[in-house]
Amino acid sequence: MTPPVLYALCAAAIFGIAVYGLLSRPHLVRRLLALNMMGVAVFLLLVAFARRDPEVTDPVPHAMVLTGIVIAVSATAFGLALVRRLYRDTGRTGLSESRDP
Amino acid sequence: MSVPGPSQWLVLIVFVPLLAAVAAVLWPGRGAGRWLTVLTGLLTGGGLLSLSARLLDAGEPVTHALGGWPTPLGIALYADGLSLAMLWLTWVVMSAASWHADAYNPAHGIDEALFRPLWLACWCALNAVFVSGDLFNVYVVLEISTLAAVPLVAIAGGRAALTAALRYLLFALLGALVYLLGVALVYGRHGRLDMHGLEITPEPAMLLAAGLVTAGLMAKAALVPMHVWLPPAHSRAPAPVSAILSALVVKAAVYLLLRLWTWTWPELINGAAWVLGGLGAVAMIHGSVLALLQVRLKRVVAYSTVAQLGYLLLVFPLASLLAWQGVVMHAVSHGLAKAGFFLAAGNIMHLLGHDRLQGMRGISGGPLALTMFALALSAVSLMGLPPSGGFLAKWLLLQAALEAGAWGWAALLLIAGLLAAAYLFRVLAILLARDTPDPLAAPGSDRHVPTAMAWSALTLALGSAVLAFAGEPLLRLFSIGSPDIMTGSTGP
Repeated sequence: MTPPVLYALCAAAIFGIAVYGLLSRPHLVRRLLALNMMGVAVFLLLVAFARRDPEVTDPVPHAMVLTGIVIAVSATAFGLALVRRLYRDTGRTGLSESRDP
Repeated sequence: MSVPGPSQWLVLIVFVPLLAAVAAVLWPGRGAGRWLTVLTGLLTGGGLLSLSARLLDAGEPVTHALGGWPTPLGIALYADGLSLAMLWLTWVVMSAASWHADAYNPAHGIDEALFRPLWLACWCALNAVFVSGDLFNVYVVLEISTLAAVPLVAIAGGRAALTAALRYLLFALLGALVYLLGVALVYGRHGRLDMHGLEITPEPAMLLAAGLVTAGLMAKAALVPMHVWLPPAHSRAPAPVSAILSALVVKAAVYLLLRLWTWTWPELINGAAWVLGGLGAVAMIHGSVLALLQVRLKRVVAYSTVAQLGYLLLVFPLASLLAWQGVVMHAVSHGLAKAGFFLAAGNIMHLLGHDRLQGMRGISGGPLALTMFALALSAVSLMGLPPSGGFLAKWLLLQAALEAGAWGWAALLLIAGLLAAAYLFRVLAILLARDTPDPLAAPGSDRHVPTAMAWSALTLALGSAVLAFAGEPLLRLFSIGSPDIMTGSTGP
């Protein structure tokens, strides 16, 4: 098994675990963590693709990963702010019992 | 300094709202925010005029290589008839909704310093989606639109709005990452990301990538079965925000579905056309039936959005120029009518303080007369009755279905039209009822709808009606650069 294939399989496994976590855990902080793990899996895949050719490193996926990290940080910060606000106002940490009347 | 040419305007219509958003952070006052919005409207409007003139003149798409770097290394901006249709829709809806917000925000305690930068950033992201020609660039600008739209949902505060915003955020982020995984696979296989230069052939890895990208965009576009976040988010947001969410933000993701399946990987469409069309059909029926069952006005309108988005997917199984024109016309007329409807619903809530249909019997006269006219006109377009853009769109789609001998799709269009008429007439019957005295028309009542709120709703509703008369030249503009698989030059 070549290293790129190993990395791709790793990325797929992490992505799958993260999707499972996102769907099965009601706690909102866990869900945000799961989304971040999904991001990590995609970034791992992109960085592995950057070395498709063992001789040269393709810089484009690196630029994509850097941009992706910036977006992930902003989205996570905003998501955490929303979760904190929800907890402060209602004492809830999940969405499950919140039916829209 | 010289006047920017059409291809430079492609850059400016993205950067003008972005810079205005930054300026709105620095000058958070109400007056400054209003002037920044007006300036953004004027400059992007001028840019769109220049782009439209160039497009009609040359008859082919306008492109711009950012920083002078050609594709595949650089990032290209791209505008054809479909882009122009969506950009003009964005311009009209954002302008009218900004006008509405001028009166709505102070009356409903919405913090101008938070609202304005998000509003302008959302405008920037929408313009950027419609001129993007690069898969990764699309990811970035879709995220900007999400990160601007979700706080706008939560801006009013309260448990329901916060929960709706969080659910929206989770779905949107999930969609974005699934999309990005698909893009990573495309890059890994082809080493380039420009949507118009990629030549994707049917092979397992690319089918997987297309499936992931489509699933991600469907979560963002609230297409069945990933629509559960839309009704709470769109019905809990402030009225001007609901209008732009339903008319523009979800449509940006549908626009990308159209663009990708017809330009980037048309060769993969064969089996997928029926799956996409089938999901559209389920959305049309499911959304309409649920709209019929709602007890609150804004939720009826929100479920109507779920249903109306389904129409846009019919272009895949029908695949003809008529269907293409019908779908573009539907996107535009639905955008205008739905934004007008949401603004009108906001005006009703402004006076009543709630949007329960039960408490709305017979409120059509007095202070709500103009609003009610706007609401009825929008409803006519959403039902697809003449004269309206909605009628023209559904007529084109029906003709496309009949010409292709696709009786099933034709029947679906008729049934969905009847269901739309049912849920909208149900609302109109309650509002226009004469059996109870109008609670708002009591003498001595000085409650009124501010001029800006009434007229902005009416402008959008009139716009969706006028489309019926301006159809011919508009369709000519919108058809410039339509994809080969729709015009039949290569055949699917």
